[in-house]
Amino acid sequence: MYRIIEKKILNQTVIQLLIEAPLVAKKAQSGQFIILRVDEEGERIPLTVAGTDPILGTVKIIYQVVGATTKKLSLLNEGDYLKDFVGPLGVPTHLEGLGKVCVVGGGVGCAIAMPVAEKLHSMGVDVTSIIGFRNRDLVILEEEFRACSDKLIIMTDDGSYGEHGNVTVPLKEMLDNGEKFDMIITIGPLVMMKYVVETARPFGVPVTVSMNPIMIDGTGMCGGCRLTLNVDGKKVTKFACVDGPDFNGYEVDFDEAFSRSGMYADFERHAYEETCNLYKKEVQ
Amino acid sequence: MANINMSLQKNPMPTQTPKERASNFEEVALGYSEEVAINEAMRCLNCKNMPCVSSSPVKIHIPEFISKIKEGDFEAAYQIITKSSSLPAVCGRVCPQESQCESKCVRGVKGEPVGIGRLERFVADWHNTFCNEDPKPPKSNQHKVAIVGAGPSGLTCAGDLAKKGYDVTVYEALHTAGGVLVYGIPEFRLPKAIVKKEVETLEKLGVKLETNVVIGKTLTIDELFEMGFEAVFIGSGAGLPNFMGIPGESLKGVYSANEFLTRSNLMKAYVDAPSTPIMKGGNVAVVGGGNVAMDAARTALRLGADNVYIVYRRSMDEIPARKEEVEHAIEEGIDFRILTNPVEIIGYNNPDDKKDSKNGCVTALRCVKMELGEPDARGRRRPIEIPNSEFEIPVDTVIMSIGTSPNPLIKSTTEGLEVNKHGGIIVNEDGLTSRSAVYAGGDAVTGAATVISAMGAGKIAAQAIDEYLKNN
Repeated sequence: MYRIIEKKILNQTVIQLLIEAPLVAKKAQSGQFIILRVDEEGERIPLTVAGTDPILGTVKIIYQVVGATTKKLSLLNEGDYLKDFVGPLGVPTHLEGLGKVCVVGGGVGCAIAMPVAEKLHSMGVDVTSIIGFRNRDLVILEEEFRACSDKLIIMTDDGSYGEHGNVTVPLKEMLDNGEKFDMIITIGPLVMMKYVVETARPFGVPVTVSMNPIMIDGTGMCGGCRLTLNVDGKKVTKFACVDGPDFNGYEVDFDEAFSRSGMYADFERHAYEETCNLYKKEVQ
Repeated sequence: MANINMSLQKNPMPTQTPKERASNFEEVALGYSEEVAINEAMRCLNCKNMPCVSSSPVKIHIPEFISKIKEGDFEAAYQIITKSSSLPAVCGRVCPQESQCESKCVRGVKGEPVGIGRLERFVADWHNTFCNEDPKPPKSNQHKVAIVGAGPSGLTCAGDLAKKGYDVTVYEALHTAGGVLVYGIPEFRLPKAIVKKEVETLEKLGVKLETNVVIGKTLTIDELFEMGFEAVFIGSGAGLPNFMGIPGESLKGVYSANEFLTRSNLMKAYVDAPSTPIMKGGNVAVVGGGNVAMDAARTALRLGADNVYIVYRRSMDEIPARKEEVEHAIEEGIDFRILTNPVEIIGYNNPDDKKDSKNGCVTALRCVKMELGEPDARGRRRPIEIPNSEFEIPVDTVIMSIGTSPNPLIKSTTEGLEVNKHGGIIVNEDGLTSRSAVYAGGDAVTGAATVISAMGAGKIAAQAIDEYLKNN
């Protein structure tokens, strides 16, 4: 059992938890993920590590309430326990040898982008962060990004905070103006990552994307998290859990990944509603 | 011995009727009653040279335990089995006895061999039902051994070492112990309560179990030694599923057998209102002819599929699954499309509506007809494609059951651990790897194989670890 040490509401749907998991805390590096189960009957869900304290033995996770399991997770409080918490899984983000990096985060993906920016900053890398949200109320981790970025640009879809528009707008502007990045690291919705890749393509800047497909065991056993890469004109099957979650953005077949991510959309919608209904009944 | 039962046939195993069982997840085989068990035991001639024992991978004293059944002393029979096997209730259910202990039975020369597997299962179930006495942990010898993976090889190795007084800790990556016994083999062949009971028995012997620890990630092999373990056994099991490399394998509705079975078994997607989803209903094609393919097909059927096909490129004579599993599958109505090989999986695509949720879902499996040619190096006749024989089977789900490759996690974080070209860990005849005091066995070494061969490997390694630590 894994105790919830601290719970912080970051916005109306995004929650940050500190979980007591000393072995994971000692090992986890930015870009790696964990898998948790809320209770005995629960499903296994992967969440990327948003930070660790190896001395206190805690792991920070940040998640958005989108389905039945994250809804159940949101109902737990400080002092409650998670049934299972295993990790760190996946390969850490490759950060060596970089001088200037643009980190592009979208929505709750910023929670994963932030520790990457922090790590780069601590390594002395020049960090430009572009973080995008739908609107002002959904902005998270602004202070944290400011602390570890040489330049921070906040974008909102409706212009209610920061600049108006998508994250690709300032990225294109900077690239057009001759700004040279050794690497662009992008984490967020598949569509956003796809367009970040397309924006960077004419400039030939390497792009690392963080994939978050449907997963069960997370240890290289089930194969559910497979995705297709186009490597030198050849299609190659890779597994996000052991080969990723980071991949070369130019190689990822985003359309296929997007299609696969919707495999259980109907089931998830139904399960989410059921969980909400149960919760409402309990409240009444 | 007087009273030998000279019947040429085994006592049949009572089962649920095919019609009944095709729609439930209850166990198919119901087990012998006491009377039937004694009657079957009477078929054993108690041969002096015991050919059955020499062909048992874990060397169970078979004639000895069968003699106790003849006397009606079922607990004594259990105590004899448990000296050699740590998982008798499991073995009695899922082991291919026909190609192991029973294959050398003298009664099998003229007629059917003694139903050793069925008797083993009877004895283990009898013990689990009627005996509440906990096994006593032996006196500790103060030596610490770590086991990686709580599957058949790891649990066997753990049990054997614990019985010798070792302080054994088993590390399991998943949230439940059992490995393939809980994520792979379905409830209707091996009820999970039985696996749980066997694991509890090991815990009562003093075996410590740590779930949610991925060796190679959470802890490395080297860290285990730093923690004071003096030897390590790696039984991390099979790894990533293989795919055919044909177009359409990433469509919605294409599973590896590992994923399909894990969703149903480990994650309980077969219950009402599960928290883990699985595609069910419609038509399902399972590609492959092994035991795992049979498990996947019969699971799909029970989940409510209209038609389930086994698509296999050779003929019924070459099918690698156990005869009993194939027979059960046929009885239940699984449709065998033999000499058939998939070439493409076809998906739905609505050109007028890109947001149509059916886009990208499987609609059919395109196959070619095969014929058997000359035998290959292993003596199996090689399937050859018949030109212009393409046809489609309309399906909604495709399950690829064509084997696995060993898991890369431990190899990539353990310096000096040598693997072969398939990724399997290289071991000597004692299960010792290229690293001192590191042993390995089961699918992590051999690639996908059977539960009993994994158990045999765990047993050999336990013996070798005992020798090694006694002499150090």
